[in-house]
Amino acid sequence: MTAAPVLDVSDLRVRFNTDSGVVPAVNGVSFTLARGETLSLVGESGSGKSVTSLAIMRLTPTAPICEVGGSAILRDADGPPRNLLTLPEAEMREIRGSRVAMIFQEPATSLNPVLTLGEQIAEPIRYHRGTPRATALREAERLLDLVGIPDARRRLSSYPHQLSGGMRQRAMIAIALACEPAVLIADEPTTALDVTVQAQILELLRELQARTGMALLFITHNLGVVAEMADRVIVMYAGRVVEQAPLQTLFRRPLMPYTDGLLRSVPRLSSLHEPLEAIPGNVPDPAHLPSGCSFAPRCEHAEAGRCDTAVPELQSATPDHLVRCVRWHELTRTADGLLATQ
Amino acid sequence: MAGYLLRRLGQSLILLLLVSVIGFALLHLAPGGPLAQFTLTPGMTQADLQRIAHQMGLDRPLPIQYWEWFRLMLTGDWGRSYRDTQPVLWVIGSHLPATFELMITATLIAILLGTWVGVLGALRRYSVFDYLATVGAMVALSIPTFWFGLVVIYAFSVKLGWLPAGGMYTIGNGSFLDYLHHLIGPAMVLALVTVAIWSRYMRSSMLEVTNQDFVRTAIAKGLPRRVVIVRHALRNALLPMITLAGLQLPTLLGGALVTETVFTWPGMGRLFLDSIGYRDYPVVMGLLMFTALLVLIGNLAADLLYAVYDPRIRLD
Amino acid sequence: MTPASASTEALPLATPRRAGRGVRRFARHRLALIGTCTILFLVLASAFGPYLNPYDDLHIDIVHRFTAPFSGPHLLGTDQLGRDMLARLEKAGRISLTVGFAAMVLSIAAGTVIGVVAGYYGGIVGAALMRFVDAVLCFPSIFLLLALAAFIEPTLLTITIIIAATAWMEVARLVEAQIRALRDRDFAVAAMALGAPDHVIMFRELIPNALAPIVVAATLNVARAILLESYISFLGYGIQPPIPSWGNMLNNAQDYLVTAPWLAILPGAAITLAVTGFNFLGDGLRDALDPRLDIR
Repeated sequence: MTAAPVLDVSDLRVRFNTDSGVVPAVNGVSFTLARGETLSLVGESGSGKSVTSLAIMRLTPTAPICEVGGSAILRDADGPPRNLLTLPEAEMREIRGSRVAMIFQEPATSLNPVLTLGEQIAEPIRYHRGTPRATALREAERLLDLVGIPDARRRLSSYPHQLSGGMRQRAMIAIALACEPAVLIADEPTTALDVTVQAQILELLRELQARTGMALLFITHNLGVVAEMADRVIVMYAGRVVEQAPLQTLFRRPLMPYTDGLLRSVPRLSSLHEPLEAIPGNVPDPAHLPSGCSFAPRCEHAEAGRCDTAVPELQSATPDHLVRCVRWHELTRTADGLLATQ
Repeated sequence: MAGYLLRRLGQSLILLLLVSVIGFALLHLAPGGPLAQFTLTPGMTQADLQRIAHQMGLDRPLPIQYWEWFRLMLTGDWGRSYRDTQPVLWVIGSHLPATFELMITATLIAILLGTWVGVLGALRRYSVFDYLATVGAMVALSIPTFWFGLVVIYAFSVKLGWLPAGGMYTIGNGSFLDYLHHLIGPAMVLALVTVAIWSRYMRSSMLEVTNQDFVRTAIAKGLPRRVVIVRHALRNALLPMITLAGLQLPTLLGGALVTETVFTWPGMGRLFLDSIGYRDYPVVMGLLMFTALLVLIGNLAADLLYAVYDPRIRLD
Repeated sequence: MTPASASTEALPLATPRRAGRGVRRFARHRLALIGTCTILFLVLASAFGPYLNPYDDLHIDIVHRFTAPFSGPHLLGTDQLGRDMLARLEKAGRISLTVGFAAMVLSIAAGTVIGVVAGYYGGIVGAALMRFVDAVLCFPSIFLLLALAAFIEPTLLTITIIIAATAWMEVARLVEAQIRALRDRDFAVAAMALGAPDHVIMFRELIPNALAPIVVAATLNVARAILLESYISFLGYGIQPPIPSWGNMLNNAQDYLVTAPWLAILPGAAITLAVTGFNFLGDGLRDALDPRLDIR
């Protein structure tokens, strides 16, 4: 990409100061997001992927409960580059919902039950652009249409409880898109929906992205969804990036044993009668991370003395393929690209 | 909404029935029962009493007596006051406005103040303000209303001379301003307990709401803070408070009785107390039933308001 | 609890304090502690104060009437008949506290029994009982209390009984809800399967497990009972003179409000202290025994 990335996250660190100690949820995450690109953040729960997105939006609890370090530079069409993490709250409010928007996992509870759909979609337009209410409502109608909600005009005066899960998520997308943001962050938007509805929503997102050229940061734990949506993928584990690659490369030649494990655990039609492969063990408690590589305790390729002494650096296997593993170049591959057990 | 309302109406009717049974039972528990007024008349013989008892239908089986009594109540015949032989309902009705005005004023003060304190306490959780507000509320709930009234009278009337010591009007001055001047003291005192309860529940309701996803969405939309707090959080936090307001009615009525006594405010509470003093049982029983009815209707009204205000009930 | 889901109350909407839950717990404990100390102080003062006080509460001394507190030999002044205020307060304290406590015991007993029966049997019986409770709750307590007080001979016993009669309803509701929830738990089902008779299940199995909210309700009920006694005594229908109670001490204090305000202020302060003490304690107990019960 020759153009500067629209979002440049560098060494993002998020710490929670709880009653039972300090919890490092995100430990130095860096990535870039280009215009029109879909970047997927993949990981299990507890990997820090959601916190990463919340931190970028500055939706994490304020200090002293939560401390955020690093930088997240937004390079928007209109205006100079801005570090989202250090902006004054008033300026950040201007950016939220208009330049960077976010949709969440649970559409059922993410909408205000006592306001109409029209009101909720019109809100960002009214407050970010100063548009009068009537005009904003007309715009809301257009947006409802855009996201594929039939009978848009009547739906303006519907309430969230009158819609299905899929429609609610479409409404959420309409809200997010209201001010034509440069970046849309989607935190597990389809996890709570039926599979068929899921497919519709994903298609809608792809379509809208193609039309508006916005960048999409897609957070999920579902590799199938990743395969459908992403241009590039970042795999997170215990608050760190452990692998980063273009979609095809990651799926065909994963270099990090964790990624390999994730791919193996996806059920395949070709292996119908074989037992499901799960990664043994559990995700480590962020408050008590193992020394050295966080994945080492569960990794079948881990070597004492090398993997458990220091946290591995993020290395470049190729310019666009990063991996955080000391043994990546030593591990053998099987015919279909996955790592063989030693 | 229709289903919800019908159910509530049905429940209220059952309660109405039970309330009337309890009222009837109390009526017959009163010493001397319904015959009390006559037993005091000099020259009454047993035979006379028996005759009157028969006339009043007191020798018929209880359920029939109940039904007669209930039927009469429905038609508005609640008996006559022993004191001045006026119809009980009329006596109550003439004292009703004073109590209503007092209660409404106190409720308004309480809701406004209580909401402000509660919301602020929720937004600034664990701050000095919040701590003081919580402790203050608990102490306020522990203060006997009449004592607070006496203290207010002593401070604002005796010592400072800002407020009158009681009554509804100054003799010779019947203006609205004079009326308001007399209303402030009792309204403030009556509001005390309600403010305390309201602010605590408001705080807890706000806390619950601000933890919900849609508030996060509102912030993620970049809306101004005030809009998020009022339009999104508060609007939802006020919902359960509507029900609370209905549940507060008995406490409010009881408080009104005490406040009216201390401030010699001519309302139903004063009437109740006076009637007890005069052994005017019809009025006493009438007021007892009346207040219970007010509570029933008030709760029904609160539920109706809730149904209208919450779109999830209104449109389903 | 993942950090991401932790208190969104701390979002750029509210300003949280570092102290957080720890301070809150401690502060609550401190309030409960203050409450307990206050109650202890009042109980001890009422019980033993008269033995330490040189003045007797019945001794009338017209010459020295209306002396203000802290102005002479009488620590808290004298009333309109020259009686020592401190002595009167102590004696009245005995009455008010005892009546309050006794009324609580009665109301808890009645409320628990009704609640357990309603919760255990459920169905028509339970619904009917609970509707009956709801109906009684429609009558404002003070109105009901006064009406009952007007019907009876106002002795200590009868006053206690009628106060209990207006305070058992919330207990019944509370207990019924608890029992209904506990009834389906394994230990209760096991007891039923073993063929234990109903009353054994109710009183040996269910109630002991519902003790926590009952204890909290009991503490708060004492506060309520003391308050109610003061209301009806103030209005003249409660404890009758010459038996002193904090409430009836206020009865004619109103007449002397201008000249001798301490006659009204002192007993009211005593009531407030007692009720506050029990409320603090009850709140602290509620927090300690079952945070879910807390309205905050």
